[in-house]
Amino acid sequence: MSTANGSLRLALLGNPNCGKTALFNLLTGSRQKVANYPGVTVDRKEGQLTTPSGKQFRVLDLPGAYSLNAVSIDEEITRDVVLGMLGGEPRPDILVCVSDATNLKLNLRLVLEVKRLGLPMVLALNMNDLASKRGIEIDVPALARELGVPVVRTIAVKRGGASELISQLDTALPDDVAHPPVWLPPDVADVTATQREVRRILAATVREPALDTRFDERIDRVVLHPVWGMLILAATLFLMFQAVFSWASVPMDLIKSGVQAFGVFLTEQMPDTILRSLLVDGIVAGVGSVLVFLPQILILFLFILALEDSGYLPRAAFLLDRLMGTVGLSGRSFIPLLSSFACAIPGIMAARTIANWRDRLATIMIAPLMTCSARLPVYALIIGAFIPESTVAGVFNLQGLVLFGLYVAGVVSAMAVAGVLKLTVAKGLQHPLMLELPSYRWPHGRNLLLGLIERARIFIMRVGNIILALMVVLWFLSSFPAAPDGAVGPAIQYSYAGMLGQALEVIFAPIGFNWQISIALVPGMAAREVAVGALGTVYALSATGDDVAEQLAPMLAAGWSLPTAFSLLAWYVFSPQCLSTLAVVKRETNSWRYPLLMAGYLFALAYGAAFVTYRVALALTGG
Amino acid sequence: MSSMDLITLFDLPTGQEGTVRSGPVAADGETADHELALRLFEIGFIEGERVRVVARGHPGGDPVAVRVGNTMFALRRFEAERVLVAPLRGVVA
Repeated sequence: MSTANGSLRLALLGNPNCGKTALFNLLTGSRQKVANYPGVTVDRKEGQLTTPSGKQFRVLDLPGAYSLNAVSIDEEITRDVVLGMLGGEPRPDILVCVSDATNLKLNLRLVLEVKRLGLPMVLALNMNDLASKRGIEIDVPALARELGVPVVRTIAVKRGGASELISQLDTALPDDVAHPPVWLPPDVADVTATQREVRRILAATVREPALDTRFDERIDRVVLHPVWGMLILAATLFLMFQAVFSWASVPMDLIKSGVQAFGVFLTEQMPDTILRSLLVDGIVAGVGSVLVFLPQILILFLFILALEDSGYLPRAAFLLDRLMGTVGLSGRSFIPLLSSFACAIPGIMAARTIANWRDRLATIMIAPLMTCSARLPVYALIIGAFIPESTVAGVFNLQGLVLFGLYVAGVVSAMAVAGVLKLTVAKGLQHPLMLELPSYRWPHGRNLLLGLIERARIFIMRVGNIILALMVVLWFLSSFPAAPDGAVGPAIQYSYAGMLGQALEVIFAPIGFNWQISIALVPGMAAREVAVGALGTVYALSATGDDVAEQLAPMLAAGWSLPTAFSLLAWYVFSPQCLSTLAVVKRETNSWRYPLLMAGYLFALAYGAAFVTYRVALALTGG
Repeated sequence: MSSMDLITLFDLPTGQEGTVRSGPVAADGETADHELALRLFEIGFIEGERVRVVARGHPGGDPVAVRVGNTMFALRRFEAERVLVAPLRGVVA
């Protein structure tokens, strides 16, 4: 057997929903490493296992697959790793096929397909507790004889539930084959023959009473009901949305004020040098701007993981599939898009739950069109300055109506962009759904926790450093060169960012932006709401924090024309300038192509919408 | 039973049981169709298997949630239409 630094490579493979990841968590605990497979954004999860006798295993959790005859990227990865065809990924020394013991009729087909490769393997009958509870009797020795491979029972959600598997791994393992395995895509006859074999083996080794589906179906009668189901879904989403906004606000404020306090502390301790400015305005502010997203991301993923674990998430996707399908998306796109109302970053990360790559990409591409919370300060500032607080039709507040209109504009353009993608990129393709709706079960605390840690780690390690680097670049642009002696304007006007802004004015003049707005858009690339503070800087205000908006509003109302204000609102519906979003898209798609495409199309839409808005408003106001 | 009595899985009334009757011939056709039919076989929609539509999406009754064996799958209309079934009489829950 080939050994790499004394440890054996073990790969877990199995159908989706067989409890494979829970078993992985049980085997490896928190000693896990999450990365991507080269060239794709499928999670590659590896952990360490040491058996009682001291054998070392590097455990790989392969993506769930129904078949080696892959129809998704996940399944392709699984097939290629098993066959040793994936570059940079040596073939595993041993395969552990994980099967849901309560659903062998579905699971055993893959086991037979894998067994035919002739590789060393062990079959783990998982969810063994549930199988016993349902009165399913499996003759394990007979099954092992029929299959010709060792068979063990496991309970992934119980401490010690993998002991049979571990002692099996501790004994002598079957020797590796000398020749690489050969796999050919099956034809209908193969599949039919295998299914017949599955049924023959089941008849010989398993006795199970007819599945009692009453519990699940009683729930499903309500949850999948066209009216009640939708109401439950709306209530769930409302709760989730509320939680993301309200539960996250306290830790977010704490992080913000903590970072600010640390910046003040550094400012007081250090002499006024470039180094201090870099530390305080660049790095500390940059780290703060990364960490501030973390509470929202954790709360959102807590909900998503719990809903996924309980079996509800696929049902929500089922309910919304037709609706989302009209613009070429799948039901699974809904939660990522909804999350994007808080912030596009967790939304785009949540798109990982969409198995189909094309659906996932479409969802990622339109996510920034959902009005994120960072746009609210900008909207609030401009609406407060330009829209009178009058009442329309007796009940509606005009300012509220405008805000609502901006949200609707975002959603409508998202649907339009998705529709265009459907008609062009994905033209004529019928997207398969074929989504398993698993039995309901209680979410498992340990798995939720490990899932959350994994998301947090991915965000901080892989997205955070890009955002931080961009923040430092922006700090540099806004701080250099310093204002000359005796300068009258604000310092930013003389910096590279200021020069850039003034140069951009040529581009932005046709849509009514003055040079002050153009400059503010440059630091606004860090995060959309930063534009408010930047406007304050440009208009040379001494106030900080919330007071900026208060003082700024009357100045803008006096300084800007109404068409300019409307134009900026229209621009912000699309606001292509959020670098953090582009960074996460780069990360999640593993290519510069999609973030560039996204920036390009958002810029075109923003410019077009602002141009039309500006010109129409000019004509109407007689300008 | 003549083939006249067969309907597609999509047309099977909600709650009624049926028996899958799409033989290997269902996998004929273009590549994409072939792949789809193969996958339907692989996840259990094979000759003789009992199926039941548990719920339907809206509008248009699409997609369908189908119980096959011990599993429930949500299938879009074009997927469910690839599966032929013979309805069983009288078991509308």
